[in-house]
Amino acid sequence: MTAIRRRLVPYFLLGPGLIWLILFFVVPMYFMARLSLEEGTLTEGFRFTWQFSNFTDSLAESDTQFVRSFVYAGVATVLALLIAYPLAYAIAFRAGRWKNALLLAVIAPFFTTYLIRTLAWQTILNDTGVVVDTFKTLGLVSEGGRLLDTPGSVIAGLTYNFLPFMILPIYASLERIDQSLIEAAKDLYSSARTAFWKVTLPISAPGIVAGTLLTFIPAVGDYINADFLGSQNQAMIGNVIQSQYLVTNDYPSAAALSFVLMALILATVVIYIRFAGSEALMGEEARRA
Amino acid sequence: MNGMAVESARIERSAPARAWKWLRENAITIYGGFAIAYMLIPIAVIAVFSFNDPAGRYNFTWEGFTLDHWSDPFAITDLTDAMVLSIELAALTTLVSTALGTLLAMALVRYQFLGRRASNFLIVIPMATPEVVIGAALLSMFLLYGVSPGFNTLFIAHVMFQISFVVVVVRSRLIGFDRSLEEAARDLGADAFTTFRTVTLPLLAPGIIAAALLAFALSIDDFVISNFNSGTTVTFPLYIFGASQRGIPVEVNVLATMLFAVTVLAMLFTIWQQRRAERLAATRPEQEQEIETTLALAPGQGRA
Repeated sequence: MTAIRRRLVPYFLLGPGLIWLILFFVVPMYFMARLSLEEGTLTEGFRFTWQFSNFTDSLAESDTQFVRSFVYAGVATVLALLIAYPLAYAIAFRAGRWKNALLLAVIAPFFTTYLIRTLAWQTILNDTGVVVDTFKTLGLVSEGGRLLDTPGSVIAGLTYNFLPFMILPIYASLERIDQSLIEAAKDLYSSARTAFWKVTLPISAPGIVAGTLLTFIPAVGDYINADFLGSQNQAMIGNVIQSQYLVTNDYPSAAALSFVLMALILATVVIYIRFAGSEALMGEEARRA
Repeated sequence: MNGMAVESARIERSAPARAWKWLRENAITIYGGFAIAYMLIPIAVIAVFSFNDPAGRYNFTWEGFTLDHWSDPFAITDLTDAMVLSIELAALTTLVSTALGTLLAMALVRYQFLGRRASNFLIVIPMATPEVVIGAALLSMFLLYGVSPGFNTLFIAHVMFQISFVVVVVRSRLIGFDRSLEEAARDLGADAFTTFRTVTLPLLAPGIIAAALLAFALSIDDFVISNFNSGTTVTFPLYIFGASQRGIPVEVNVLATMLFAVTVLAMLFTIWQQRRAERLAATRPEQEQEIETTLALAPGQGRA
């Protein structure tokens, strides 16, 4: 193989995939950017007029939904972490020969369609269901109160639906921990608790960072949970974008909102990675490469 | 472990103290048990309600046991059509995205070249973009070009969002790849293509299969992006969404339960197969490989 041919090999390998991503991801983003600055209606047609008011107007109109989306997604991410970390830990270190079976039990539910899982929660939290009755007896829900159509039900749905995205990266990072490191810590007279805080937790940090991102990002943009488990008062930004695109056909405003959403998510991610340390996310890869 | 054993041998404790100690030692296991129950409850609800005999259109309250809906799960033609369409779409897109993604992963792991960082970025960014935004952007483009949405646009969209996940899964397999095996093949006179076909591909196969399974699952489960780009074409999730407005037929629960059972059996079969293969070959440390397949089925691990 000649030197030039050899140098071209990666581009041949990359070519088809990258072209697909450019044509159907980058180019659409450009068109959406254009659309966000147009004015007009579906019947009259849209014209490109640098209509910046699309951004200011739609933001002013949907600021509550924006804030709500980030709050709901943030709470759901924290809850998912609290559920996932101990579970991943138990599977990685306590499950013994049941490890694979448990891993299967964790993943399997998520091969049932997302919408059906959410509908199952609708059934569970339904006004006539057992859960509402129990909560009423315990006095956690007032007589005539409901569980559906509350911020709680939407957050519960978000937490449940994105849980595997939290569990698996954490499990993967825990699984790779060299047990001798923990033994070394104990030999050096650290208590089990100190060994956890000083050894196990830092080593699993990349898993936590990846898991929180993988949970938070889809949760912010989600609109199924708010649609099935909430009411108008729990509408998230995804609901707004969806209905502007597909129901009212107000494409420019919807495009503007999509852009703002993406920018806000990117900003959150950048700040978070700064705070968590980029090696926490990339460390594993950098070390192996 | 050693410390605890010494400690417990030292003192005989009272019953409550022993119970408390047991609870403390096993707290994490108990917590894990509750977490798993929590994850499985909705599935149990779906399965149980597939035997329900609802009075009205809404399958929310338990009315009575019946096997009616299991006797003919494909009775509703719209639902069956949607299911078939989803499977076709998932199979086709998986084929394309797995091929494209595997090539991308090979280039990224094995070569240093100009634009590597940019390529990496381009692959990661769709995964960091909310689905609404991807769906909306694609629709914007199709609208501007006057393309009417349908099966073709669904195909384009699904391959697009599958590629990144395929790359992540295959890449994690490639990173641990022992290249001396390929060199050995070359030393023994195999040409580049033969080496690829007889050494590289078989060794990569578990990663590629895992990536394909993930791509298939992502496609068959996708609602948001499909909702934007489907036109009048109805996939399985789109059917469910439409039906949720007017009451979900019990057959949906039946099909979902069947799908769940098939998936679990398929996964059990994969694990069993792999154990058998390992016993026969015993080339790699046992544990590592088992977990890999299960893990690789889910996104995110490559980024961890």
